[in-house]
Amino acid sequence: MSGGMLWAAVIAASLLSLGQKWLGYQIPASFLNRPRISRILSLMPIALLAALVATQTLTSGTSVVVDARIVGAAVAVVLLWRRAPFLLVIIAAAAATALTRLLGWG
Amino acid sequence: MTAEAARTVRSRGRSIGFATGLYAISFSALATSSGLSVLQAVVLSAVLFSGGSQFAFVGVVASGGSAVSAISTSTLLGIRNTVYGISLTPVLPRGGLRGLARSVLTIDESAANALAAPTPELQRVGFWSAGIWVYVWWNAFTVLGAFLGSWMSDPGAWGLDGAAAAAFIALLWPRLVRREAVALAVAAAFLALILVPLMPPGLPVICAALVAVLFAFLPEGPTGAAPAEGSSAAASVSSDEKGRA
Repeated sequence: MSGGMLWAAVIAASLLSLGQKWLGYQIPASFLNRPRISRILSLMPIALLAALVATQTLTSGTSVVVDARIVGAAVAVVLLWRRAPFLLVIIAAAAATALTRLLGWG
Repeated sequence: MTAEAARTVRSRGRSIGFATGLYAISFSALATSSGLSVLQAVVLSAVLFSGGSQFAFVGVVASGGSAVSAISTSTLLGIRNTVYGISLTPVLPRGGLRGLARSVLTIDESAANALAAPTPELQRVGFWSAGIWVYVWWNAFTVLGAFLGSWMSDPGAWGLDGAAAAAFIALLWPRLVRREAVALAVAAAFLALILVPLMPPGLPVICAALVAVLFAFLPEGPTGAAPAEGSSAAASVSSDEKGRA
């Protein structure tokens, strides 16, 4: 992406985000209370976040790659299972990923 | 509203604000190492101001995706902020500067801290305390992280890519309470991985989001008894909040 294109993307994404936050306060409740619409909206974050977990952990560009990130992800899952706080999960995952690379893999 | 209850809600907002804000260090280190300037990272934090969308935007840029992929992935992830606004409409001010601030500060944390409170007054306190403190720390740590980022030659060596993966897992984790949610997450993740080699970066995530539409047309739960939509949304928000506080 060129420099100008990147700026255009930053500004467009920022304004769209602000716009969609504003929009929530404008939509009549009667439309959103339709069961199907509200169900799609409540399920969407799960699908999006799961897809992001998959692509952030296991892909690089257009290929599927297993590397040190998988160790960080595994540590994160164990800590979340043990109800560790958000911040600890992130720091431990970074440390596990970095340590794995230091030991020469991924 | 008792002063005691308001203090509790306000201090929860402060903790959420600081803990969430720290995470902007890794956002901005990742952003600057992906080719964004410090100013671009700062604009994203100040105006876009939504963690998941900001990481997604940077992720698409880092993987060489197009501007359209970056914008649409970030916007699709922000759809939930629209939903929060809908639930918060009755308790927050309209119009003017406070109306604008209300829109900017509508994110996971402020909505969670608001919707977890029992009365409209406490919901207002919850929204503004979490919203304002996340905004302050998120932007402060974005500036700090950008300089740490340009100082660190290889964020991979620091495990920041592993930290980003972990952050998305942590954001998803509190939502995996029902079997249906787990099935949806697994299906969406698999579809994204299958599509990655077949299309430009960023698009697989959008296609995976369509699995949610498919799931919305399936019968709900083994008993077929659907809980009220409003209450299930509130429950998922409050479990989010517990997961992160």
